[in-house]
Amino acid sequence: MRLELRDITKRFPGVLANDSISISADRGEVLGMLGENGAGKTTLMNILSGLYRPDAGEILIDGQQRDFHDPAEAIRAGVGMVHQHFMLVPVFDVVEAVALGSETASGPLGRFDRAAARRRIVELSEQYGLNVDPDAKIETLPVGVRQRVEILKALYRHSDILVLDEPSAVLTPLETAELYGIIRSLTKTGTTVIFITHKLNEVLEVADRVVVLRRGRVAGTAVPAETTRQALANMMVGRDVELIVPKGPADPGDVVLSLRDLMVRDDRLEMAVDGLDLEVRAGEIVAVAGVQGNGQTELVEAIVGLRGIDAGEMSIGGERIVRASPRHIADLGVAHIPEDRGRDGLIIQMTVAENYILDTYHRQPYSGLGILDPAAVATGAEQGVRDFDIRTPSIETTASSLSGGNQQKVVVAREFSRPVRLVVAAQPTRGLDVGSIEYIHRRIVEQRDAGAAILIISTELDEVLAVGDRIAVMFEGRIVGILEGETATYENLGLLMGGAEFGGVAA
Amino acid sequence: MTRAGRLARRAVLPILAVVSALLLGAVVIILTDFENLARFGTDPLGAVGAAIGGVATGYGSMLEGAFGDPSRIAAAIQSGAEKDIATAIRPLTETLVAAGPLIFTGLGVAISFRTGMFNIGGEGQMIVGALGATTTVIALAGNAPAGVILVAGVVVGTIGGGLWGFVPGFLKARTGAHEVITTIMLNYVAAQVVLFALRSEFLQAPGLGAPISKVLTPIADVPLIIDLPAIRLDYSFVVALVMAGLVSLLLFRTTKGFELRAAGFNLTAARYAGMSAGGSMMLAMFLAGALAGMGGSFMVIGTVGQLTNDLSLGIGFNAIALALLAGLRPGGVVLAALLFGALTTGGKNMGIVSGIPYDLLFFVQALVIMFVAAPGLVRAIYRLRAPKADAEVVA
Repeated sequence: MRLELRDITKRFPGVLANDSISISADRGEVLGMLGENGAGKTTLMNILSGLYRPDAGEILIDGQQRDFHDPAEAIRAGVGMVHQHFMLVPVFDVVEAVALGSETASGPLGRFDRAAARRRIVELSEQYGLNVDPDAKIETLPVGVRQRVEILKALYRHSDILVLDEPSAVLTPLETAELYGIIRSLTKTGTTVIFITHKLNEVLEVADRVVVLRRGRVAGTAVPAETTRQALANMMVGRDVELIVPKGPADPGDVVLSLRDLMVRDDRLEMAVDGLDLEVRAGEIVAVAGVQGNGQTELVEAIVGLRGIDAGEMSIGGERIVRASPRHIADLGVAHIPEDRGRDGLIIQMTVAENYILDTYHRQPYSGLGILDPAAVATGAEQGVRDFDIRTPSIETTASSLSGGNQQKVVVAREFSRPVRLVVAAQPTRGLDVGSIEYIHRRIVEQRDAGAAILIISTELDEVLAVGDRIAVMFEGRIVGILEGETATYENLGLLMGGAEFGGVAA
Repeated sequence: MTRAGRLARRAVLPILAVVSALLLGAVVIILTDFENLARFGTDPLGAVGAAIGGVATGYGSMLEGAFGDPSRIAAAIQSGAEKDIATAIRPLTETLVAAGPLIFTGLGVAISFRTGMFNIGGEGQMIVGALGATTTVIALAGNAPAGVILVAGVVVGTIGGGLWGFVPGFLKARTGAHEVITTIMLNYVAAQVVLFALRSEFLQAPGLGAPISKVLTPIADVPLIIDLPAIRLDYSFVVALVMAGLVSLLLFRTTKGFELRAAGFNLTAARYAGMSAGGSMMLAMFLAGALAGMGGSFMVIGTVGQLTNDLSLGIGFNAIALALLAGLRPGGVVLAALLFGALTTGGKNMGIVSGIPYDLLFFVQALVIMFVAAPGLVRAIYRLRAPKADAEVVA
């Protein structure tokens, strides 16, 4: 079906989320929708899927004007949405999860006709190469398969227009490639796909046409064959950005962080880091790539003193660490940018100033003899806001009202306000827009050039390739390979990330 | 925004909650006046007038019962007659007397809640403190000057309450035992311990057989602020205000207070920042218990004069409500305690003068708390916009 959105406008108090946006997608077309956080992508799609009602503008499907009062109407009109966060009942099996809400009934009592539902699901699964076991329990399925169940759910409801919201966020590179295959088989049968993302490679790879949104407006459209990553990025941000922060060759010095045969257990007491060896030297950036859940979180927590080490050796700056508190580790000159800034890195209910001193409040000049010095705190925080270009109305603003990029700048400003010998940065740019990513990367490279050892843990290949002097791939708790930055590619990293043996098969 | 502006904005919801509760209370006053309700059929205008009159009398007598009659106070002071002055200002001082223990316990609740500990144990901490104070005073009787006994009693009571609060803090920090359960259970334990102790020869008032301690007033007493007959307001109220100031300094001007607040908002981030989460929990619970215990100590040595097994009368629970009404701010706790104190003393007078049952007070108090607990409801009623939450919708 042909979809057309005309002059859609949606206003929230104080924000014009969608400002007269017009887009269209033909039958069987993949429309990539690219934009930074807050550009209005999600709002627009929520309007299309009936969650919000536009203040102005119209939705046309096959030239006919439609008005959705709720998501159910949008689904009936053939619009299917696969959300970033899956909406599946974990204890259901695939048939139940897919049929939920549109069960076929049989008999006088309206019993759920499982056999009929199962038949259709198997059919759809085969037709589009989804490869889903209809009887598997949702909770036992890997995320990649769960996403296919979501797609199946939309197809089961006869969706001819499928909206995928940041679908690759949870996928391995291999799973992402499989997703592209599924999308192509969908469009062959005439399904229209809208692919929302902030990743440039993805739209270039999978979209027939790209719409770029910026600050609630259409900033431009492009055809992948006739554009470049750089052009799209500039369109997205509205200025020239550096996708890869320029940096000179690394000048590695002494070993700052040394991990040997490290073993760390996770909360379920399973061995999450299982015999890991790694060295990070002063003046180099070691990026650890890997799919989420391969022990990265536990590795970081062990290094910064939040999690005990089960076996193996760790030393920081030559000091052997057996059991140290997070404060002791910080005092050794370790800056830590945690993977979830809202949960671990900031206290979002507190002010920018309070967050700026979150791990230095107990020292001069911010306090003496246990008494805080508000003037010194204000001076320090003002300095941090200036140095890191944090966009905030004032240092008394609560952190929750800052944008993600500015929140992360508060974390980085704080961590770099202490003398730094080692930087441990977990997902330092997750969820940030291109402009903020550029900024954070530049600051990290600056620390490297000033002689700090940098360890970046990231699931984003773009990030790993952009900043890593050496790239280590983590799989099932171990480092399965280390590549020099120049020799690493999407392909060889992707294979390592899926585990060496899988890599062999895929190659 | 200016400091005053921020304060005003914070006060809007609690004030609207109180106003709404009083309005609903008025509706109940009208609906429970059955004689007048019957009149609505025959003489609607007269009935409306009488209904409004009934509410006015009820709330009028409540106000007067809580704060006294200003003209009468002025006249009494001019006349200079001690007895007249005492009678005239008694409503006001009784309101302050009722507010005192609520301030102590409410401050304790505020500290623990700010640290993320849902301390329901104010009741138990208070009576354990009172028990400690009573025991100390009786043990020291005749062995030390009254002033020393007073101080010793309050100090022991404060530490006793603090330790009673520390236990659930320790259990949470070390074993993860949920403080809601442990504090509630320790309330029962405290009640039984006090009952048991009050049966001992050492504490029990001789000859009564009831669980009541010997009278402490002859051994030690808290000095009165205004020394007039029938006036009970003593210096513990001043101590309560000083404590409010100290708690405010602790929370907002010290590194310990910073740790407590950080732990309360986000324990994970506090740990990541190198703070000791368990230490904050234990400290907060000790301080909460200590403040409640101090309040209990002043009650038994001062206004009440002895320990009874029903000393607390739900103060520990009301303290939770008023701490929430106060937005967990020490200054707010003082104001909310004064409001609750006024409702209590005013309500008694309303019962006597207008015949509206005293129980209406609990109804109004409960509604205040309900409205405070449901800010969305108050905003919906008065069509206020939620502060900037809308901006987060766009992402």
